[in-house]
Amino acid sequence: MAHILLRHRDIPGINQIDVYQKNGGFAAWKNAVTKMKPEEVTNVVKASGLRGRGGAGFPTGMKWQFMDNKNWPHYVVANADESEPGTFKDREIMEGNPFQFLEGVALASYAVGANVAYVYLRGEFWQVAAILDEKIADMEKAGCLGDDLFGTDYSLRIYTHLGAGAYICGEETAMLESIEGKRGQPRVRPPFPPSFGLYGKPTVVNNVETLTNVPLILANGADWYKSMGTADSAGVKIFSLSGRVRKPGNYELPFGTTFRQLIYENGGGILDGRPVKAIMPAGASSSLIVVDEKVLDTPMGYASVRPLGSDLGSASVIVIDDTVSIDWVINKTIHFFKHESCGKCTPCREGNYWMRHLTERIHSGSGSQADVDLLLTVAKQMQGKCLCALGEFSTMAVVTGIERFPQDFKKAVKA
Amino acid sequence: MSLAEKYPKEIKQILAKYPPEHKRSAVMPLLHLAQLQEGHVDRHAMQEIAALLDITETEVASIIGFYTLYHDKPEGKLRIQVCTDLPCALRGADKFLADLCGKLGIEPGGTTPDGLVTVEAVMCLAACDKAPMFQTQGPNGIEYHENMTVEKTMELIDGLKKNGGEVK
Repeated sequence: MAHILLRHRDIPGINQIDVYQKNGGFAAWKNAVTKMKPEEVTNVVKASGLRGRGGAGFPTGMKWQFMDNKNWPHYVVANADESEPGTFKDREIMEGNPFQFLEGVALASYAVGANVAYVYLRGEFWQVAAILDEKIADMEKAGCLGDDLFGTDYSLRIYTHLGAGAYICGEETAMLESIEGKRGQPRVRPPFPPSFGLYGKPTVVNNVETLTNVPLILANGADWYKSMGTADSAGVKIFSLSGRVRKPGNYELPFGTTFRQLIYENGGGILDGRPVKAIMPAGASSSLIVVDEKVLDTPMGYASVRPLGSDLGSASVIVIDDTVSIDWVINKTIHFFKHESCGKCTPCREGNYWMRHLTERIHSGSGSQADVDLLLTVAKQMQGKCLCALGEFSTMAVVTGIERFPQDFKKAVKA
Repeated sequence: MSLAEKYPKEIKQILAKYPPEHKRSAVMPLLHLAQLQEGHVDRHAMQEIAALLDITETEVASIIGFYTLYHDKPEGKLRIQVCTDLPCALRGADKFLADLCGKLGIEPGGTTPDGLVTVEAVMCLAACDKAPMFQTQGPNGIEYHENMTVEKTMELIDGLKKNGGEVK
């Protein structure tokens, strides 16, 4: 099947504006601005069943409808902060198929009446930001961005904004703080960004992959998009496959594809032919899935992964084989979360600090069963008490690791 | 030389991105700019940015302290920042970092005696399928180096030395 998002794999040169336009690029954009009302654009996206690809899976069209129309101006922010360990899809989209992403930003802006949109890239994406700046300039030259677009009175500017190394800025309100020139610490919600966002104005924050779907949904219609995927998870998803597989990489597949297909057919199976022990379907933030034949045959969708005691999230599938001990895995994830905790709320700041000491002690072989029990208690104490999802995420692998792989921890504290 | 003298055009472009009443938003791009050539942000640059944006020097310093890509102290001309998070570690990133540091005779976080290279372990860089990998932070901004070996990395460092320490 031809790619819908990773189209640069099928169409060489689609990162050049003339090639993109020859392949239907900006037709949906021009059509929307000249022939559609903003709410009609939102309605098509809503009907398509598109859900947010950053991890939360919130219906995109519904988010756009939440924008407060009594408070202006409106803003759109594209979340290109991609920092979850195991996620590397947005970078490929922006490097390979940048115009489709930017057209998605433009369509979202038109739908919510924004005249300015920011693309917030993690600071490490320095080169990607330079590429996007170039592509934005190409669009301005071609009359696809700027003032009085296509002879109407609608104007739109898109700007890039580089972060500087902070996972927490992927959280939408921390991202807005960061654009405002402050430390990237999450706000207390509600109010949510569609009523109080950037500079206190209504703001839509959407992930890069989410927005990149939008041009083809507008061009081909909601029914076309809904014909792919499953009932609750419409369309296609880029699965970032990493860990102990032969061919790690991005694979664009319809929702409903099984773990087995992704790992064995696309990913070429496990290194050295070992068995799969655990899967983290949503990067370092995942609950660990104990793998058996039934799990491998589970279709990947938002609802279908839940009975396995986990979530699909951003579909950053980290594969762990039987050579790896889970006490090492959670030592790695907690090292990450402890480093990235922004320090604003106590349960996350202190909890991760404490968990880090315990995972390190257990993994180094100087821990006891009492340390494992304490670690589980600390993690559970944090749950439901943190200001944003980061704190919650940090406990997922710890709790499920200890509860679902007790033998690994028994061995670690005995060794 | 002040930032305003060195980068008049760039500063104007950065300020134009944000509403004039919210010029504080420019603090991050201005810090990236200030850090570019020196590899760190010194006190003068902090004061200049604070004055330009009508915020205090402390507020600028708090941004530098919060975000890991900003540095307020000089280190090696080129920072080699190796990702050792879970997906990269599942593909040998820890061993790569240890071997590279061993070859250079430094500890992770350390700088070579000639002041050329600092090697550090950093958090996920969104290149999990191309481990071992690192980014370099230096006068050219940030560049990715993927599917790396110690040999290839040493070639990069040797090239730097031959260049008289000038990062190309």
